[in-house]
Amino acid sequence: MLQGYVQLAIFFAVLVALIKPVGIHIARVFGNERVFLTPVLGPIERGAYRLLRVRPEQEGQDWKAYARSLIVFSLLFWIALYLVLRTQGIQPFNPEGFHSGPWDLSFNTTSSFITNTNWQFYGGETTLTYFAQMAGLAVQNFVSAAVGIAVVAALIRGIVARSSKEIGNFWQDVIRILLYVLLPISALGALFLVSQGVIQNLSDPSVIHTLTGGTQVLAQGPVASQEAIKELGTNGGGFFNVNSAYPFENPTGLTNFFEMLLILVIPASLTYTYGRMVGSQRQGWAIFSAMFVLFVVGVVVVYMAEQHGSPAQHAAGLHTHAFSGSTGGNMEGKEQRFGIAGSSLWTAVTTVTSCGAVNAAFESLTGIGGTVPFSNLGFSEVIFGGVGTGLYSMLLYVILAVFIGGLMVGRTPEYLGKKIQAREIKLVALGVLFTPLAVLLSAGAASATRLGTRSLYAGINPSGFSETLYAYLSQANNNGSTWAGYTGFIQPHAPGNVGAYGITFANLLGGGIMVTARFAPILFVLAVAGALAGKSVSPAGLGTMRTDNPTFVFLLIGVVILVGALTFFPAILLGPVANGLSGRLF
Amino acid sequence: MAGLRRDLLTSVIAVVAMTIVLGLAYPLVITGIAQVVFPGSANGSKVSYHCHVVGSKLIGQEFTGKAYFHSRPSATGYSGNVTYFGNGGPNSAAVREEIREELASYVKLNKPYDRSLSREDVPVDAVTQSASGVDPQISEANAQIQAHRIAAVRHLPLSKVEDLIAAHTEGRSLGVLGEPGVNVLELNIALDEAAPLR
Repeated sequence: MLQGYVQLAIFFAVLVALIKPVGIHIARVFGNERVFLTPVLGPIERGAYRLLRVRPEQEGQDWKAYARSLIVFSLLFWIALYLVLRTQGIQPFNPEGFHSGPWDLSFNTTSSFITNTNWQFYGGETTLTYFAQMAGLAVQNFVSAAVGIAVVAALIRGIVARSSKEIGNFWQDVIRILLYVLLPISALGALFLVSQGVIQNLSDPSVIHTLTGGTQVLAQGPVASQEAIKELGTNGGGFFNVNSAYPFENPTGLTNFFEMLLILVIPASLTYTYGRMVGSQRQGWAIFSAMFVLFVVGVVVVYMAEQHGSPAQHAAGLHTHAFSGSTGGNMEGKEQRFGIAGSSLWTAVTTVTSCGAVNAAFESLTGIGGTVPFSNLGFSEVIFGGVGTGLYSMLLYVILAVFIGGLMVGRTPEYLGKKIQAREIKLVALGVLFTPLAVLLSAGAASATRLGTRSLYAGINPSGFSETLYAYLSQANNNGSTWAGYTGFIQPHAPGNVGAYGITFANLLGGGIMVTARFAPILFVLAVAGALAGKSVSPAGLGTMRTDNPTFVFLLIGVVILVGALTFFPAILLGPVANGLSGRLF
Repeated sequence: MAGLRRDLLTSVIAVVAMTIVLGLAYPLVITGIAQVVFPGSANGSKVSYHCHVVGSKLIGQEFTGKAYFHSRPSATGYSGNVTYFGNGGPNSAAVREEIREELASYVKLNKPYDRSLSREDVPVDAVTQSASGVDPQISEANAQIQAHRIAAVRHLPLSKVEDLIAAHTEGRSLGVLGEPGVNVLELNIALDEAAPLR
């Protein structure tokens, strides 16, 4: 295990080292300053404004105008993606001659990608054309990520502004984020991945005559270009159904490490961006510290649990201890090249962020190991979280913590010199509670009715309940990882999926939840931004509660755990914890 | 109202332009560069035996019989174009039965060539399903156990088989990331080259 902990430590160290340079770069992008790419990409940026007919310097938007642009833009892209998914039969780059799936599945997939969720009820290599993957899904990997980051930029401007109404220009934010952050890193990342073995072509599937005279068909496609942005934009929808476990998406220990860094680099760096923009790096580090503590605890728990092995393995007489030449541990649903450490770390990374790409089968995690993804999602993706979405959700918790702290010491709550009053705290409460409410209602509806149980693979037992609860936790939090027995679409041969081609209930409920739980909180956040922007700043006094010291970090962690634990603890007990503590087989 | 109309117009242009740039130009340019600079890996890292492509070094294959190293159990039968997880739960009685059977058949296959082999010695990767269904590797311990069988069946000295295993063991990336593993397809190709079956 020591070697495994060394790998974890290296990952943490490299991540922390990246935060400052990337954070500064993003702050310049948000601040509409020159960056090192401006000499090359500046003309393209100006051309894009001319094409879109916006004049960002003269058109600062208040929160309502910003929200309107965002909603209209997302709505039109929803329609465009739905059309792409419905017209597969007439598309180019379709060597396997795929047609479109059922309409309700397209509804689910469209909603999934517009909302940065990338929940996969569809099977990538078995149902989608290369055209749909590239011009449909991968476009949304970029765009939905840029929208999320734009919202946090607007919120930060609202916090910083003094008695103003404007929180930036939506079009400018999206263009600059795409041009100066997402596109260049993705292009370089994709080429690096190809050099390591990730495929990138438009060829027909390769029919192989194997060494022993059999036949193996290898699906091909433009994988690397999608893989890079899938991780960087915390999207997570795999080109292949088994996602980043498939060697053509993730061939080595090094690509595994690199892809995990891509997932976390923007969400983690945004805390530095935040500190820089509010004029106090300590504020950013305070938020980072709270996130980092919760992250590291999760990593260690899942690693120890997975190294222990599962009750089914022990009951079968398998010895799961490590020895020379074997990792030991629960290798069910894991790849040899990643081992227990690389799979456990990925499991935590992809669920603290809203990525949801997986390199191991979550449904095969041990009970206690499985509580980590559940808890991370239960905390509403505020531990780093999705690109942009994580920080803006965490800032709602920060304001909530300031409010609770203010009540405890009996002072008017203030954050960075701005009074937190009734209007803000109402909006914050709505933003914080909306997603958990959506999860509980939808998971409840799916658990309590026959409509929901049709999607189960594991049956009526703790694992089956885990499938249902995780499905709606994941979709509402726009994560997209899955207890993969749960299905809304059946692959031809997959276990548990027999005869359920297009489970309309799961497809529609999931799609609806993804859209509402993405855009309702965005509207609350933008409203908070607008409310804060209009406030004047009062100088900090002796009685002002500090928000950049360990006490506040502790309070913030407490609030996050309290809200998450109170909301989901009973439900999580019934699923993975029941498996982990009882050790009973079903 | 005017604002809404403008947003609609801007959005329509943006949807079209972004689809072209991000959805076609970006992946096609990456494909072009990849095909020129890294043609081998961009097309699937194929491996050959006697000038015939017999697979990809990244995608495992199923091997049966006594004369080849066996890959890990797979939920998909080593399918390279229909992938899914086995989803065997930690508390599943069915998984207990599967592992019990895998253990028994692994010991039965290898014990005749390695008398000291018992259930406790079987490494976890040998009896558990991988995530991808096409895991190209097995653990070093797994290969060491099977080496006894291969040496006897192929009439090779054990040391020679162990050398071949060492030559096809992929270490941790940069010496530290991930876990070492033995590439089963490449190892079996090397076996066929060293000691053809007939």
